[in-house]
Amino acid sequence: MSNSPHDKVLDENLKWTQINEDVIRSMQNPRKAYWISVAVCVSMFFCAILAEIYQYRMGMGTAGLNNPHMWDMYLATFVFWIGMSHAGTLLSAILHIIHAQWRKPIYRFAEAMTTFSLLTAGFFPMIHLGRIWNLYWVLPYVSDRGVWPNFRSPLSWDAFAISTYLSASALFLVIGMIPDMAVLRDHTKGWRAKVYGVLALGWRGDDRQWRNFRKTYMLMACFLIPLAVSVHSIVSSDFSMSINPGWHVTTFPPYFVAGALYSGCAAIMTLFVCLRYFFRMEDYMTLNIMEKTTKLTFAIAGVWNYLLFVEFASVWYGHSVYDKELLIAKATGDYAPVFWTMIFCSTVVPFTMAFQKLRRHMPTMFIVSLFLQLGMYTERWMIVAPTLAMSHNPHQWDILWAPVVQWAIVFGSFGWFGLLFLVFVKVFPSVSMYEVKELTLHQKEEFEEERRMREAGMFMPESATAPPLPGDEHKRPEDRVAGRPGMEGA
Amino acid sequence: MASKHKMLALYDDFEECFKAIKAIRGGAVKGVTVDDLTVLSPVDHHGIDEALGPRPVNVQRFTLLGALFGVTFGFFFLASAQASFLVQPQGGKPVVPLPTNFVLMYEMLIFFAVWTTVLVFPVLSGLFKKRDSLYSEKLTVDHMGVIVEEVDGHNLDAMKDFFKNNKAVEIREEKI
Repeated sequence: MSNSPHDKVLDENLKWTQINEDVIRSMQNPRKAYWISVAVCVSMFFCAILAEIYQYRMGMGTAGLNNPHMWDMYLATFVFWIGMSHAGTLLSAILHIIHAQWRKPIYRFAEAMTTFSLLTAGFFPMIHLGRIWNLYWVLPYVSDRGVWPNFRSPLSWDAFAISTYLSASALFLVIGMIPDMAVLRDHTKGWRAKVYGVLALGWRGDDRQWRNFRKTYMLMACFLIPLAVSVHSIVSSDFSMSINPGWHVTTFPPYFVAGALYSGCAAIMTLFVCLRYFFRMEDYMTLNIMEKTTKLTFAIAGVWNYLLFVEFASVWYGHSVYDKELLIAKATGDYAPVFWTMIFCSTVVPFTMAFQKLRRHMPTMFIVSLFLQLGMYTERWMIVAPTLAMSHNPHQWDILWAPVVQWAIVFGSFGWFGLLFLVFVKVFPSVSMYEVKELTLHQKEEFEEERRMREAGMFMPESATAPPLPGDEHKRPEDRVAGRPGMEGA
Repeated sequence: MASKHKMLALYDDFEECFKAIKAIRGGAVKGVTVDDLTVLSPVDHHGIDEALGPRPVNVQRFTLLGALFGVTFGFFFLASAQASFLVQPQGGKPVVPLPTNFVLMYEMLIFFAVWTTVLVFPVLSGLFKKRDSLYSEKLTVDHMGVIVEEVDGHNLDAMKDFFKNNKAVEIREEKI
């Protein structure tokens, strides 16, 4: 929460009319860089379509998938995209529940990121299956063969968990946008006004609607948090419930959840810088918000690194020769360049976020966020590939460097995600107008309260930590205030 | 019989709006109570609830129902599917294994709770209704509005005077 003027997240004197105008203008008139990004994303996506068509016609051998490498980068990418989706829940749901005001200008695009990264992730199990036309076999329906999916398998849990998470996060995004749709309905013209009018569902902002909206949004936030945790725990169970070396790790669920939040926060940093530039959002996506986001990312990086260390330590001090040899092979074998890239990007690079000057420097943070994501992608790759390459049977050992088909599909998934995201932020407001208005109101009230306290001589910055006056050392902070000269009647 | 009117008073100062609502709540206008008022706002302002007093919200009851349905449905859905495995050898394993089923029951609890919440939200909020002719686009910018749902014809001038005296920037009315 913002506590003092120097800590404010945006200018509280922003006129509400201006907020509406700025956000609507951003949707109509982005910089040229926006259109260049759209073109790049379309090209990337096109590469993936070509690669998928080729793989579909020629078979999975074109992707190099065979025993023992039946998953490889497709599954690593699946885990990566699922992980990305967690940042939206963190910014939207968790920070909403704890009333962190600074999330308000940026949570909307984080929520969109959640939905679109889940949509992207959903492709990879289909792509790696090979026989896409049999995809419906994973659905729990009564078939004429009397065969059901195995509900004891984490792979089956995945289908339930991800579809639940996708629908819940999409609904969370849609519900949260209703008041803004009403703003757009009232202040745009032509076909846009008609479309937004339908999406506003007849919202007029009366007290009954706001009360129900507040409760609904809070309830959904409360459900999304355990859901997000369960989704990535279940994804981690895909690995940890097997007996393969490198996968059978007790700490995998929290490790995966921390990794998900970490990569998601890094993605938020990247998109923050992009949107701020594309849509000239400097008044809303401020340096203070960026700084808070990077601090949060730095904290999560700490948690993730701790869990990484725990994983290594438990392998090192455990008695499984397979696990230990696999760890050594990761660090010194064929996969060593990828392994050390992961360590550099995910463990060393985050320390740049410890310096305030760097935290407030957008180009630096943009590059840092890309490094963090590279680190988290290689981390997922280092979970999937080495275990498949060097499992229990040495006669099966085989190193796979993904062929161009896999790379093209993985590369194209970033284009697909980027395209969805860029279209979204052009058609819908990437900044929540009503929440930014609430934020300015909240800041004004807070500063007014502070001013009143200052005039009354009661204001004490950081009162709990401020050094006490001589003779006050034994008193509690509130008693120190009341007992100050001139405050006898307070 | 006197005609009935609906009235909207627009405010650009929220504090003045809250003062007016509190005055009506205190009986400032004869024949109009706080239950006749609807407050429109561009943001979810905490002052509205303070001014209007407690009003019920029932979304959470439906959410609970949805959650209970979800967990129950989850159990019976999985158990009935697993029961079809009875014809297959289970190797001593339970036909309906509770620990693993808990995971999917948990997912279904959330799934149905969220969907129920979302489906009842428009109903309980009175969405999908056509906006009345009194509605002003200023209400999605920076103005707050107070709607008096029903004012008797002989009380109309008193109501207008009250809003004028309480610094409303615009007053609209229509016959109902």
